[in-house]
Amino acid sequence: MSTVKLTVNGKAVSVDVEDRTLLVHLLRENLNLTGTHVGCDTSQCGACVVHVDGRAVKSCTMLAGQAAGSNVTTIEGLAKGDELHPMQAAFRDNHGLQCGYCTPGMIMSAVDIVHRHGGKLDEETVRHELEGNICRCTGYHNIVKAVLDAAGRMKVAQAAE
Amino acid sequence: MYETNYHRASSIDDAVAQFAKGTDSKFLSGGQTLLPVMKQRLAAPSDVIDVAKIKDMIGIDVSGDTVTIKAATPHYDVAQSDAVKKAIPALASLASEIGDPAVRYRGTIGGSLANNDPAADYPAAVLALGATVKTNKRSIPAEDFFKGLFSTALEDGEIITAVSFPVPAKAGYAKFPNPASRFALTGVFVAKTKAGDVRVAATGASQSGVMRVGPIEQALKANWAASALDSVTIAASGLLADIHGSADYRANLVKVMGQRAVTAAG
Repeated sequence: MSTVKLTVNGKAVSVDVEDRTLLVHLLRENLNLTGTHVGCDTSQCGACVVHVDGRAVKSCTMLAGQAAGSNVTTIEGLAKGDELHPMQAAFRDNHGLQCGYCTPGMIMSAVDIVHRHGGKLDEETVRHELEGNICRCTGYHNIVKAVLDAAGRMKVAQAAE
Repeated sequence: MYETNYHRASSIDDAVAQFAKGTDSKFLSGGQTLLPVMKQRLAAPSDVIDVAKIKDMIGIDVSGDTVTIKAATPHYDVAQSDAVKKAIPALASLASEIGDPAVRYRGTIGGSLANNDPAADYPAAVLALGATVKTNKRSIPAEDFFKGLFSTALEDGEIITAVSFPVPAKAGYAKFPNPASRFALTGVFVAKTKAGDVRVAATGASQSGVMRVGPIEQALKANWAASALDSVTIAASGLLADIHGSADYRANLVKVMGQRAVTAAG
């Protein structure tokens, strides 16, 4: 057992976990942040994506200990109170989800993609960069539409700040 | 995952000391291969020594005709590095095609080389560019480093600290990715050294892991052009055959990826 101290969604937390605990299990089972999902558990599907120090990573492929001292943002940390993050709003408006299982990971990856590419995002880039996130219902079409829509909204929001 | 003890090393010396304390220790860098393998219970190290936050092991240095990438530098940082893009664009491009974006944020060059997966991308670049693998004990030329599937010249407890690549006159990499895993079904790295030598390495193809491709090297030495490989035949013996492709299919891929790599190199 080790004590892992990290910041999750802006809040400092300290959790006692077995050393073999994965970050996703610390989030879900110790902190009850069940928005982050475990899909394949083989590092392929991306349902578990969270941001660690600003980078979108697979929390099922990281030990909790590796995240000690880091700043972690999960899907629960994106919205500002009742106001959805522009990416969340765009997924809702564009019907970018059906069963919703992959959605938290999709959104966390998509926010990272927009951060990296800014206003230069096009459809081909979105499709290519989402290759680490698997959706089994939508056929991706509306997800891609949502990400492109959100990229525009995030640019506007940034300009307003 | 079986039980294990996690240690975060503060320095290379600390990592080596921590490693020696465990009964069956493993170094952990980005963990993008080791952790999935541990989750499948195919590996069960008593101790994992995290080297990914050791400051001396992160960063890229380009000086003169050498690009040095420290071992715990993630693929994303290599792909984004303006210095690497300028000195060896094929290396930045290779790093940008490993796995997916989330994997590239965590996975590292040292981890990839130490694991020596027969379908990993970096070994092709290291072998074709004639790079030198630096460890806490010595410098190992690429020729002597790779020892077959998942096996290298590294001794128990020896840690890769950096990789030095000589800047070539021209280089290119092309891979046919497995559509699910993005590992190379076959990938070929071609390089023309500043002295005029041609070196070509293929990953994902051979049963013995990364390999030099003599017939392509000879053809490109005579004529550096994709069309120079039109008449080259790659022998299928000793090549991998699995559900994704037969040995004959991979033999053809070595040639076709070689041609695309030359085109990419210009």
